[in-house]
Amino acid sequence: MNGPQDVGGRHGVGAVVPEDEAVRFHADWEKRVLGLTLACGALGHWTLDTSRHARESLPPAVYYNASYYEIWLRALEHLLEAAQEIKPDELTNGHAIHPPRRPDRRLTTEAVPDVLARGGPTERTGPKPAFAIGERVRTRNHQPAGHTRLPGYARGAAGVVEAVHGAHVFPDTNAHGDGEHPQPLYTIRFEATELYGDGADPTLSVSIEAWESYLERA
Amino acid sequence: MHDDHDHADNEMDAMTARVRALETVLTEKGLVDPAAVDAIIDTYENRVGPRNGAAVVARAWTDPEFAKWLRQDATAAIASLGFSGRQGEHMVAVFNTPKEHNIVVCTLCSCYPWPVLGLPPSWYKSPAYRARAVREPRAVLAEFGVSLPEETRIRVWDSTAEIRYLVVPERPAGTDGMSEPALAALVTRDSMIGCGLALTPEAA
Repeated sequence: MNGPQDVGGRHGVGAVVPEDEAVRFHADWEKRVLGLTLACGALGHWTLDTSRHARESLPPAVYYNASYYEIWLRALEHLLEAAQEIKPDELTNGHAIHPPRRPDRRLTTEAVPDVLARGGPTERTGPKPAFAIGERVRTRNHQPAGHTRLPGYARGAAGVVEAVHGAHVFPDTNAHGDGEHPQPLYTIRFEATELYGDGADPTLSVSIEAWESYLERA
Repeated sequence: MHDDHDHADNEMDAMTARVRALETVLTEKGLVDPAAVDAIIDTYENRVGPRNGAAVVARAWTDPEFAKWLRQDATAAIASLGFSGRQGEHMVAVFNTPKEHNIVVCTLCSCYPWPVLGLPPSWYKSPAYRARAVREPRAVLAEFGVSLPEETRIRVWDSTAEIRYLVVPERPAGTDGMSEPALAALVTRDSMIGCGLALTPEAA
């Protein structure tokens, strides 16, 4: 979607502020948001793609004014409401009012190491790749209203296949509960001059990962 | 677990209250165990962080066979050192050279190789970094105090899928014969994102 998350190549966003690597969090509530987000994921109501779509679906003014953990919190509230695990009156009151749906799926402390160690691999058996390493391709003008992982700055751009990663879960469908539909996944390299035109850094190239249906032969 | 040190402004108080309300509701409903939340926090606050990645880089600097494996199958090579799991399921290592410098970004969200680098720093998740890293990386590097030769090519990797990238910085001069742990101490988090260089022994 052409949402607030799609910021690659934008101007006027200000300076990058480096930070000491010993800093892990800026407030204790951020820690709880991290833990709650991962713990609630274990309930199995949504996928990683769904949660990304919940974040990018926040209104742009909210998204840009929020820290990243606030974005996570707001998205988590939406996801839990959509899953009918919580209702707004409960958040207002700060206490449970309605019965839960999946308490049987509650993440236990003992299961945490295994869940984090397992992660969520996205490679699947799927169609053979149509494009080969070194081949010239062009990204389609693909801009669905729903979730997609083709960034705006790389639409309609010609590049070269640099790697083929096997078939991976397709976020555009998986985010909406429409199935995994694995597709071949590629690393596509673009010259900055192709992406940004005159004035682009001639020493710069940028790559994205692109699912096969984002691409056509150049 | 809910200590409130150093955060007295009103916005922070509102966020603390909002998060507590959600956690209380979820706990009362039996959907979340606060001890499990604590265990997740402990993992990423105290156990999984950029020292993992530094150990991978130091091994690659000292063991050509490991470096070759890292180039061919980073997921397996990194797992052999005990680092794997969430947000590192499909790893790729990219090696800096005098001719090409690699930088990693996620323009669409905050994808980052957790098993080797831990949680991303705030700047990595900021619109400023995400917008500019793919267009004017030299200006971004300058904000980190890094200046590369004009002829060095810059290669930016936008993590738009579940492939996660680890930058292997160049080994600094004057480090011959140094032990792996001593070398790992030269490897900064930022150097493994591509926004820094490995430290020299004098700077460490």
